[in-house]
Amino acid sequence: MPGKTDKILEQVEQSRVWRSIFRSGRGTSTLHNALAIQQSVFLHLFSTKVRKRMLSVSSTWYLGTLTLGTFFILIVTGVLLMLYYHPSVPQAYADMKDLQFVVSSGLFLRNLHRWSAQAMVFLVFAHMFKVFYRGAYRAPREFNWVVGVVLLLITLLLSYTGYLLPWDQLAYWAITVGSNISAAVPLVGSKIHFLLLGGNQVDANALLRFYVLHCLILPLAALLFVAVHFWRIRKDGGLYVHQSEPKKAGVVDETELVKEVQ
Amino acid sequence: MSDPKDFVAGVDSDQRRSPTRVVFVTRRTSAQVKANYEEQVQTYPEVLFRVLLAVEILAIVLVVMALLFNAPLEGIADATHTPNPAKAPWYFLGLQELLHYFPPVVAGVLVPTMLVVSLIIIPYFNINIEAAGLFLQHRQRRLRIFYLTAIGLLVFLVAFHVYVAAVPTLIVAIAMVIAANSSPASHSAPRRYLASKPMAWWVMTWFLFELIVLTAVGTFFRGPGWSWVLPWRS
Repeated sequence: MPGKTDKILEQVEQSRVWRSIFRSGRGTSTLHNALAIQQSVFLHLFSTKVRKRMLSVSSTWYLGTLTLGTFFILIVTGVLLMLYYHPSVPQAYADMKDLQFVVSSGLFLRNLHRWSAQAMVFLVFAHMFKVFYRGAYRAPREFNWVVGVVLLLITLLLSYTGYLLPWDQLAYWAITVGSNISAAVPLVGSKIHFLLLGGNQVDANALLRFYVLHCLILPLAALLFVAVHFWRIRKDGGLYVHQSEPKKAGVVDETELVKEVQ
Repeated sequence: MSDPKDFVAGVDSDQRRSPTRVVFVTRRTSAQVKANYEEQVQTYPEVLFRVLLAVEILAIVLVVMALLFNAPLEGIADATHTPNPAKAPWYFLGLQELLHYFPPVVAGVLVPTMLVVSLIIIPYFNINIEAAGLFLQHRQRRLRIFYLTAIGLLVFLVAFHVYVAAVPTLIVAIAMVIAANSSPASHSAPRRYLASKPMAWWVMTWFLFELIVLTAVGTFFRGPGWSWVLPWRS
């Protein structure tokens, strides 16, 4: 009975407990909708209103949104994978085999985590180029572009540190090739190489370090910068609208007299 | 007093200083404020619904991929047995391709550092903010600089046998020559399009082109000893 369900829902939403949690209250007015964003600690990063043109697929291709989507999928699958994974040699590789053959849906979890990671790297690059070609990096959005570059680097590091964790031949030699590059840094190269791996070559210490970076430090850094990234969209005047750039004709048609100062 | 207009209007479009500025000054020197009206929607629920829909579609695509394709897992890590070739993750294969030609301090340290620094400084240079076509102003001077840079870069790449990077450079350079010989009054639409592109656009397009070509070559066309192989022959 939909009528009865509605009534129960209404009662719940008007109860003192519910109202103490969600202060925006019941209703679909513009004010209620605005409060739903503004009064939520997670949603207040976004503006309460968005230009309608920005919702069209062609203006953003939703690349930033999709990148965030992959990040959430990666957090969920990653936490579940952590329940079955030991960052030690050779147990790490045995856990991979267990995920493949023993754990229910273990193979699916690992597949989803891996393909989402690849998708995230691709989407971050695509997002960057889309923002560039739309000219959305221009003032006042300069700093948000820089935050975006930081997020690109964090994404690459997340993917790279995760690459070692399966502890198979593919992982081991990819990280060996990559970490040898750090040894080429002038003057401090060998120190950086040692710091990164916790030794002179990729072994159990390197696995533990990459695990801590991959599961704790880098995700926290990413969350922090993602929060700044979204907050700055609002603070910088919303998503960039290319067509609002002044044109030679037509700009007068779009404007309307609102106030006259005598 | 014979002017029928009651005000003077001005549109300022200098993106360096302000994106939009419309000024109306009446004869009595009072200013009329005009504002852009633009249709807006509430973030809750309209925008959030679209976000959820987009993420849902993404999740479905990724789940289907995870069901169809298994993540690779090779034998256990073995420090005494080097696979040939030992490849980095795909997004680093462009750099690994460069490592094949240049010493690690150049391809592994200098080039990535320069890339990151150039990406960060993009919004802080006026040359990247002005959206005028590259060859539409200071044509002779810019043409000279362009030819010097392009030929210098090509000679450098060919001298080090980096044909993989030279080919995209050559293609972009040819497109720039076409742009230099086009103008907003050109008859064909592609030429008008190229002529309108500023320097930042050309540099970024060259970077994107190199990124795609180098990554694709590193991923598909490199075999044992980093030799050239064809992916359909294995």
